[in-house]
Amino acid sequence: MDHRPQAWGRPRDDVYGAYDASYLRSTGPKTATQAPVVTGTSVIAIKFKDGVVMAADNLASYGSLARFTDVKRLRPFLGTSVVGFGGDVSDMQFLDRHLNELAIDEAYEHETTASVSGPAPPGQLNAANLHKYLSKLMYRRRSDFDPLWNQILVAGFDSDKKPFLASVDLRGTAFTSPSLATGFGAMLAQPIMRRYAATEEDAARLSREEAVKVVKECMKVLFYRDARSLDRYSIAVVTKDGVELNEDEQLESQSWAFAERIRGYGTQTV
Amino acid sequence: MAMFSQNPLLNGPNYSFNDGPISNAPEGARQHRFDPYTDNGGSTLAIAGADFTVMAGDTRLTSGYSINSRHHPKLFKIGGTTSDQKDANIVLSVVGFAADGEALKERLDAICKMYRYRHGKPMSVKACAQRLSTILYQKRFFPYYAYAILGGLDEEGKGAVYSYDPVGSYEREQCRAGGAAASLIMPFLDNQVNFKNQYIPNSGEGHALQERERRPLTRDEVEMLVKDAFDGAVERHIEVGDGLQMMVITKDGIEEVLLPLKKD
Amino acid sequence: MPGFDFSNYNRNAALHARGVPLPKATSTGTTIVGCIYDGGVVIAADTRATSGPIVADKNCEKLHYIAPNIWCAGAGTAADTEFTTALISSQLELHALSTGRKPRVVTCMTMLKQHLFRYQGYIGAYLVVAGVDPTGTHLFTVHAHGSTDKLPYVTMGSGSLAAMSVFETQWKPSLTQEEAVKLCADAIEAGIWNDLGSGSNVDVAIITADKTTLKRNYIRPNERTQKLKSYAFEKGTTAVLNEKIIRKEDISKLVSVHELTDESGDKMEVDV
Repeated sequence: MDHRPQAWGRPRDDVYGAYDASYLRSTGPKTATQAPVVTGTSVIAIKFKDGVVMAADNLASYGSLARFTDVKRLRPFLGTSVVGFGGDVSDMQFLDRHLNELAIDEAYEHETTASVSGPAPPGQLNAANLHKYLSKLMYRRRSDFDPLWNQILVAGFDSDKKPFLASVDLRGTAFTSPSLATGFGAMLAQPIMRRYAATEEDAARLSREEAVKVVKECMKVLFYRDARSLDRYSIAVVTKDGVELNEDEQLESQSWAFAERIRGYGTQTV
Repeated sequence: MAMFSQNPLLNGPNYSFNDGPISNAPEGARQHRFDPYTDNGGSTLAIAGADFTVMAGDTRLTSGYSINSRHHPKLFKIGGTTSDQKDANIVLSVVGFAADGEALKERLDAICKMYRYRHGKPMSVKACAQRLSTILYQKRFFPYYAYAILGGLDEEGKGAVYSYDPVGSYEREQCRAGGAAASLIMPFLDNQVNFKNQYIPNSGEGHALQERERRPLTRDEVEMLVKDAFDGAVERHIEVGDGLQMMVITKDGIEEVLLPLKKD
Repeated sequence: MPGFDFSNYNRNAALHARGVPLPKATSTGTTIVGCIYDGGVVIAADTRATSGPIVADKNCEKLHYIAPNIWCAGAGTAADTEFTTALISSQLELHALSTGRKPRVVTCMTMLKQHLFRYQGYIGAYLVVAGVDPTGTHLFTVHAHGSTDKLPYVTMGSGSLAAMSVFETQWKPSLTQEEAVKLCADAIEAGIWNDLGSGSNVDVAIITADKTTLKRNYIRPNERTQKLKSYAFEKGTTAVLNEKIIRKEDISKLVSVHELTDESGDKMEVDV
């Protein structure tokens, strides 16, 4: 008989071992998010002669479960840039709140009548500036061993008013290219987009309609082949006139014709 | 059962899989740790001439088997007064982990700019080289994973190349290759720049043979060597390719050339 | 005893436990594809073989002969694809001789999957099997663990996604031979440009009921650029410490000597 009432009803130490109270400890090394939980898959984007097109599907997965099917992963910034998020959704939401604060500060600093969309007032944070900001933020977080588990695409215009597209990941690695894709898209969509915009010169010859068509085609291929993808997606077009964002696009003209003729996986014929 | 403990060939603590070190982690649990580093591939190269320095690097940025970008420069002008660095006279090349390379470049550039504003003159390559070593060693226990090479002209106007390891050990050299294909390019450079393993025919027998005398290479020769070195590296290293960025530092400033490389 | 020799298993396990790394095999980080068309089947492959990040062979052959009417494209460990296809090819030849019938693609596929399943994935052969037999045109993939797939268009290797992006955008149910060859070559090219494990040239094989046409180096988009300098050394540049001459006539007693011609493509590049 254990005479200490505190121990009554608790698992016996001699049977189960001492209780591990380490998780209650408030001192010691800080533990940070070390793995993504609810995740978004690919973000893809391509430059064209007067801007950039970006797309990402509306799915947030919880492992292999399609958990949330209306999550918007493209975010306009100041009506002049678009930020697309792949990876952890909670970290995306943290960054979204952070960018909201930043946008409000910027709006105060550069007062303008066009608050939603329209040409950027001079001196206001453009996409190139925003990308630099996010790169520094991401690199700082990785150096603190507390990374934001995302790969981010930033689209808009640079200081020379030329179309701008760049990427930054959870380690702060930043780079640009005429077309970019995160996650699965880097392997499946990038080869398609590179056929149309291998170089900056190619991208500068691409029309808006062509660019949108290529991106939609890529979203279709991603839906065919990426098991963590969805046929509902968001698509954004950034031009000098601002950001046009459609958050409820549906994949069109899918082709499953090949499936009809398939019989089994080996020797089966019926 | 210690299966191999009797094996005389293996001295030291022998163990089999049955009595190997016991892990504290519960069955099936996997500790996941964030790895703050990746290797973004690519290769760099620097050769010092009599009155010039040639710096070069490919422009491919990789992760795993994917190409992130076909045009990501590895060469940076350092310590100019403006953001376009048109009055800079030092070039830094970095390979390894791209984000660390970028951070390293930004730090060195900021320091060189501060020096210039305070002293009213640009930093000498020698001073800049020493400072870069300090920057790298300051992060001795969380290093910048970057292989840096610094190039410029010394006080006498001769070409100067300084090469570094990730934690700040450095040395002035005639030439250096860095990054993914360093082990492919460096022997070629030893042979073609410093004429290693080259002897004067019929100058003696066996060990008495005279070594080929070193002479400074011309700028054209160096530029050809650089192109040939990278074409060779592209053939045999999968992470090297797309474009060749080359900077030639002379007393008149820095000339930049961009040449195509194979894209497969 | 036929088959594999496991007598070094215990020694290797002990070495491995002490931190000695396994020897690295040449792997064909590869793009291979196959596509059925009206009247036959096309398979194609790139020609790069890698060992880690180093290109081991710039122009290797990844299309393997199984039978006159059955060919195989291989990805994974080079030796495994080579030996597995050779083994099955030989067994299938004997089988054809004893039955007096043309070998069937399903027979080949079944033998491959049973062989690979027995070795639980340790034989790292990832194959695209294609052929035409009296029962029709067939195209399969066989994975190292023994699973198979039967589809009108397939891709495998590290460039499989790049290649699949081409099929998913351009494939249609009814193709001519020319269209199928173009499609397969484009898919391989997508792998060559976008996947670092794939590169160099495109090999294509077209199999019909009548014959098989192997188009080695169908496309060569990666010719080596001309060297700017000549790296020919004057004779006597390398120090000679001692000399022993073995004549061709003498060594011919031990090995067979072949003179290489320029056309064979096997001759080493040397500056003169």
